[in-house]
Amino acid sequence: MNTLRPLLVGALLPILAAVLISALLLVAFGVDPFDYYGVVVHRGLLTPRGLQDTIIRMAPLMLIAASLIVSFRAGLWNLGTDGQYLLAAVVVAASCPLLDAALGHVPALLIGCVLALATGALWAVLPAMLRAWQGVNEIITTLMMSFLGTALANALVKLALRDPAATVPQTRTLPVADRLPRLFGTTVGLGVPIALVVLIAVHLATTHTAWGLRLRTLGANPRAARHAGIDVPRTTVMALVLSGAIAGLAGGIDIVGVWGNVRADWNPAYGLSVIPLVFLARLNGWAVIGFVLLFSMLSVGAESASIHVGVPSYFSFVLVALILLFLALAEWLGQRRQWAGT
Amino acid sequence: MAVVISQVFATELVAGSVTAAVPLLLAGMGEQISEQAGVLNVGIEGMMLAGAYAGFVAAYDSGAMWAGFACGAAAGAAVACVMVLGCVRLALNQIVVGIALTLGLEGLTSLLHHFQFSRSYPLLPKAPDLAIPGLSAIPVLGPAVFSRHPLVYVALALCVFLAWMHRATFLGLDLAAAGEKPAALDAAGVDVVAIRTAAVLSTGALAGLGGAYLSEVGAGIFVPFMTNGAGFIGIVLAMLARGRPLRVLAGALLFGACLSATTALQVLGVNIPTDIIQMLPFAMVMLVLVAFGRRASLPAALGLPYRRGSR
Amino acid sequence: MREATAASRPPLIELRRVTKRFPGVVANDDVSFAIHAGEVHVILGENGAGKSTLVGLLAGMQRPDAGEILVDGHPVAIDSPARALALGIGTVYQHVMLVPTLTVAANLELGGRWYRRPDWRATADRFRATCRAFGMTIAPEAITGRLSLGEQQQIEIIRALWRGSRLVVLDEPTAMLTPQATGELIAIMRRLRAEGYAVVFITHRLHEAIEAGDRITVLRRGRVAGGLGPEVLTTTGRATLQSRITELMFGEATAASPDRAARAAAPKSGAVVLAVRGLTVRARGRAPLLDGVQFEVRAGEVFGIAGVDGNGQRELAEALAGQIAADAGAVMLDGADLARFGVAARHRRGLRYVTDDRLHEGTVGSFPVGLNLVLKQIGTPPFWSGGVARRRAITAHADRLIDAFDVRTPSAQTPIGRLSGGNIQKALLARELHGAARLVIYSKPTAGLDLRNIAAARARIRAGVANGSGAIVISTELDELLDIADRIGVMLGGRLVGIVANGLDARGRVAALMTGAAPADADAA
Repeated sequence: MNTLRPLLVGALLPILAAVLISALLLVAFGVDPFDYYGVVVHRGLLTPRGLQDTIIRMAPLMLIAASLIVSFRAGLWNLGTDGQYLLAAVVVAASCPLLDAALGHVPALLIGCVLALATGALWAVLPAMLRAWQGVNEIITTLMMSFLGTALANALVKLALRDPAATVPQTRTLPVADRLPRLFGTTVGLGVPIALVVLIAVHLATTHTAWGLRLRTLGANPRAARHAGIDVPRTTVMALVLSGAIAGLAGGIDIVGVWGNVRADWNPAYGLSVIPLVFLARLNGWAVIGFVLLFSMLSVGAESASIHVGVPSYFSFVLVALILLFLALAEWLGQRRQWAGT
Repeated sequence: MAVVISQVFATELVAGSVTAAVPLLLAGMGEQISEQAGVLNVGIEGMMLAGAYAGFVAAYDSGAMWAGFACGAAAGAAVACVMVLGCVRLALNQIVVGIALTLGLEGLTSLLHHFQFSRSYPLLPKAPDLAIPGLSAIPVLGPAVFSRHPLVYVALALCVFLAWMHRATFLGLDLAAAGEKPAALDAAGVDVVAIRTAAVLSTGALAGLGGAYLSEVGAGIFVPFMTNGAGFIGIVLAMLARGRPLRVLAGALLFGACLSATTALQVLGVNIPTDIIQMLPFAMVMLVLVAFGRRASLPAALGLPYRRGSR
Repeated sequence: MREATAASRPPLIELRRVTKRFPGVVANDDVSFAIHAGEVHVILGENGAGKSTLVGLLAGMQRPDAGEILVDGHPVAIDSPARALALGIGTVYQHVMLVPTLTVAANLELGGRWYRRPDWRATADRFRATCRAFGMTIAPEAITGRLSLGEQQQIEIIRALWRGSRLVVLDEPTAMLTPQATGELIAIMRRLRAEGYAVVFITHRLHEAIEAGDRITVLRRGRVAGGLGPEVLTTTGRATLQSRITELMFGEATAASPDRAARAAAPKSGAVVLAVRGLTVRARGRAPLLDGVQFEVRAGEVFGIAGVDGNGQRELAEALAGQIAADAGAVMLDGADLARFGVAARHRRGLRYVTDDRLHEGTVGSFPVGLNLVLKQIGTPPFWSGGVARRRAITAHADRLIDAFDVRTPSAQTPIGRLSGGNIQKALLARELHGAARLVIYSKPTAGLDLRNIAAARARIRAGVANGSGAIVISTELDELLDIADRIGVMLGGRLVGIVANGLDARGRVAALMTGAAPADADAA
């Protein structure tokens, strides 16, 4: 495939450069980088428990990647995935135990997923409409809604949706038995295949369907989209709302599949970190899987490393930021070579 | 009795608003300079954090607050150098670089804090206020506005200075042209890249100063992620103010009031949970954007890098 | 008298064997000529002749690859706009280089040292004085973006003079002006010449060159095809001059198109293909973009739309194509009201729109040629079934069109942005003309093309209506419309102010309508 070579070169080099610079940073902090990355890889990939944790972590990451793919294909910046994720997680966490008691196992899970989609979508409606009809930059509006959503989620957990029986502020817990079933006797739940299916579906839809082509045309050139007869405002709203919905689903799946409840001040903040993964993969759904696996391993390993090596997990932010910068640089170098060559 | 309570409440509210407004004002004025010149600086949150950390450490180590402010501004400008190199000189995507800077500095400052202070959590002594004679005797406004840390006055003075600069100097003219139609500025013989470089560096310095104020005076301590969206609110302020620093001031006070509403309400004996209060500024931002979003005019060449000879 | 003084002085600026290359093309090839003070020197040439590149070299935007430029007899390196200004070369670009949101005075002051404060009062006074000297009337406090294009150009000229320019280069200033504004500009050029400035006037319009020029240099395909000095211009008759210059510009004498007379003599009387009744598109807070536009296009007819850019032509095309919704009025194609049909449906029924902005509106540069060829039919069979794309059908269709329209491309998968301008145009035409087109709207169909492609495009437009369909050609080049159209409608301020049958007196009548002179007689239909 002629997409493979630029993908490898354009992706591997930024990652290697970022790893190198971050290793220097570790040295500056007095930490042996081989130690650190060794623990990360070992704990993230090479132990059975670690491998399962990594795969489990891939579920929300893949869903958020799918959400971002929809948004970026349309040329829009949905930077509010954190708020959409968290708010949906809280809504699902609060409602599922009650639904479960009233309606039973499977309906509760299904309704929970629908609620998650709806919450995420709802949280994206305002930025979507402001962008489509008032031309307000969605970077700012989605970010603001994200902060608002996170604060609202926290407020709900501590006040309205609090579990009266628990000592720390959190929602009622969905018992393990009532969560998404585990696969093949491992700790990996149904959430991972669901996320995988959604990601692949998004990829196929954006690359093979008329709907996807409209999205991509809008993203490539809004004027050409109008010329081709595409309803630009409606497509804009649809793209952002769908993106929000999928991000919300990530939150819902995480609750009914892994956590079972939401504790106060909990915010994994996957959103910004997934952005470079999606760019590295050039918005290609299949390629995203690989990069998500890498980052998931890093994420899980970093949490372990924070205990064993003493480097807090924020370190992954730095690594991700470096990848983004080197990626932008690689793109620019590639474009320059193209101009020189023509 | 009621008069006394309401006076105390009013004073508390205005004082709190001013404290919260200063970082927003500095960030907003900084972002405004960048946006005027045509650069959308999404990395401002990272620059504020860099300034907050550097300022805190410098003030803590040296014992001098002003050393902290200087270091904070310098740190912000240093981070802005990355933006200058990447976006102004190399024409990389401004938004991607901005996100990278914010994310990277969030991580870096948290890491630095962890390795230096996670066990000790040192506090800076409360910064002494400087009372302006005469004005500080006015009820409510006196103690709230005219009896504050000197940096507050510096920020207000900067606001007035920048308002004058944008309107009445060649530099302000060049900034506006660089954002609207850089080709025209180039054809007039002015170095567009130099103007944009100066603009972005100023943004970094102002943002860093705002961050330093936040950690040194506002809180007295550095906490990871402590800016909590102040930089992004600064972007909103700049978008809505359309080139007028005085409007940034008005907006900063408004949002500052929302941020500080907790303490003021506690004085009244009203106990609204902090989490609800934390939503207020962002809810207010969305309301303002819904009402005035269409009028948030941004310079035409915003976000587009300038290359001589390209159309 | 004039020639003696001008020629006796050494040239102000001289180009000697200047060459400038870009990837794939030599824009200026061994160009040599001299510019004298007190003269209007016209550089004449068709699209692609290398005129704009020359301007870029003089203005400091580019450096020559070979040859030298001399100012006052000394070789210089003009390596930046600031340097050009310092040498006394002031440039007025085709696309006005003024900041639209600033006032006139602010634009004039642009470029002053950054730490100084501009003196607004002095600027305003000086500006008013200069305006009086040249017969212009512009207020220094006016917001530049709200002035007319002609006025903005005048401001640019004044700015060039203020900077101490001794040479004013005008790059295709008349491209978007009304005939009246063009006359005013030529008058200003004459006043500049009288004051001792050198003026270089770039144009592709022959009659402007003859009217305004003291000296004409003709460029063709990057080279100097020939020059006519003041001695020749003042002594030769107009008709001879015209044919000599045409020969230099195009390579052989071309007579006026014989079709034109024949067309004027036989007005079309076939069935009405397109009927437009009272078409109105309103805009919030300003005059309507389209105001009660009414006309018909008959079978076999080419209907031209003349007018300066910005008078509603684009909105007319977009409203007819279905891109924007009409607030009032009706559009009927072969008798059927198109009101409820969108772009895809109208395209299917035979209403096609070839936009002037090939790469930024008509096509998506990063998409393959094949995809671009079906871009207006997204979701419709046979290319999509059930919403899913059928790659083979799309590629087969693309291969057929590429063959039929001679689009030079490595394959149907090549991103269309990599093709040359001429081939992108062919691809666009392929998309719009394929399959029972009934009414094709062409917007500036030959803009930016080289000579060979221009002739081919015009021939194709005329050939296209031979089967009984109709065509609308929107163009700012009156010569083009006079060449291919049967009737010409004039757009002014969103209204169709008159329709003129093509013929010997058509040029004058169209020009009169364009300036808002007395409305023409009723539809010459």
